[in-house]
Amino acid sequence: MDRALPPGLQAIVDEFAECDRTERLDLLLEYANGLPPLPERLAGQELERVHECQTPLFVQAEVDAEGRVRLFFAAPDEAPTSKGFAGIIHAGLDGASVDAVLATPSEFAMGMGLAEVVSPLRMRSTGAILARIKRQLVERAPGAAS
Amino acid sequence: MTLPADTDPKLAAYAHPERLVTTQWLEERLGTDGLVVLECNEDVLLYHTGHIPGARKLDWHIDLNDEVTRDYIDAAGFAAMCAARGIGRDTTVVIYGDNFNWWAAYALWVFSLFGHPDVRLLDGGRAAWAAEGREMTTDEPAVAPADYPVVERDDSGIRAFKEDVLAHIGRGPLVDVRSPGEFTGELLHMPDYPQEGVQRGGHVPTASSVPWKRAANEDGTFKTADELRAIYADEVGLEPADDVVTYCRIGERSSHTWFVLTHLLGFEHVRNYDGSWVEWGNAVRVPIEKP
Repeated sequence: MDRALPPGLQAIVDEFAECDRTERLDLLLEYANGLPPLPERLAGQELERVHECQTPLFVQAEVDAEGRVRLFFAAPDEAPTSKGFAGIIHAGLDGASVDAVLATPSEFAMGMGLAEVVSPLRMRSTGAILARIKRQLVERAPGAAS
Repeated sequence: MTLPADTDPKLAAYAHPERLVTTQWLEERLGTDGLVVLECNEDVLLYHTGHIPGARKLDWHIDLNDEVTRDYIDAAGFAAMCAARGIGRDTTVVIYGDNFNWWAAYALWVFSLFGHPDVRLLDGGRAAWAAEGREMTTDEPAVAPADYPVVERDDSGIRAFKEDVLAHIGRGPLVDVRSPGEFTGELLHMPDYPQEGVQRGGHVPTASSVPWKRAANEDGTFKTADELRAIYADEVGLEPADDVVTYCRIGERSSHTWFVLTHLLGFEHVRNYDGSWVEWGNAVRVPIEKP
């Protein structure tokens, strides 16, 4: 990858890369469990579904008054893998600047060694989640077309 | 030594009741010598959030498929996979999973390709076990590896390839178990899944549309033998001696129907086309029917 990751996300990628196979699954589960619940104001709303995930996952990206990215996810407990991917992205990118998120390469998860424990097919969803976040940020940016 | 069959009256009405066990039967026998329980899910992490005590994890992506070729593991790979889970050739294997046992049925079908003698499904799968409040644990069992012989996979009896399906058109029943929207070609994937990856929509000419879910109750258990006969025999017109091919998108939902026809209704010649629509809908110059 020729573009640097935001430091928070890079730290998570390194954390996974240093684990062995079993530890990686445990760590993914920790990120699933660490995903904050959806705030009440979003609970009843229809959020964008990440269709590339094999199990249901919904995402909303917002920008706060200080210009930082705020990420919100919803996923059922029966879908821990998607929840884990969301947890990683939340821990790594929530609070980053819009530019930093937009500059994050979609293949950021390639260096985590997760493909060998969750299969390459399932890894596609990490890039898909990020792509949808980026699109939402671009659409919500001041001065965005339409 | 394999374990005696579950004598539950619902199961007794099926053609091969020894291929299915109830949650009650399984709970009473957990820890019995000669029994290994496998959990096989769509979600690879679900096992780690809690599973039936003593159950071992089997991942359909990683443990059953070859990493490079689109095919199943070979004989040595299957033997190693079983041995690592404490499964010998004479072990009774009970498989369960999430999502109406789709992947559990798929795993059972792969075990059958290798002729594993005693492999059964848990009726209702993970959802039924959890809904009944039966014990689940996050403890992963310490497994003593077993010896499993290297037995060649036999694709001839229960697996169909694209060429077989082409030759089957007009000769025998084809059962398309996908959702109605996928059958008509309106959708290229399951509802709510990404609509990508397949070039063409529709179905294999002459196929009947019988969505897999018709065989299941809402709690994940199979419908009764009489209810299943009403669908597959009376309504669709299939007969137990028919040479039947089932397919879906990648072969997991059609494993569910393969199980129903073969083990619950006693059909003797049912093949699962695991290439399914992901292969057919991308293949050049194969015939496709679209209403």
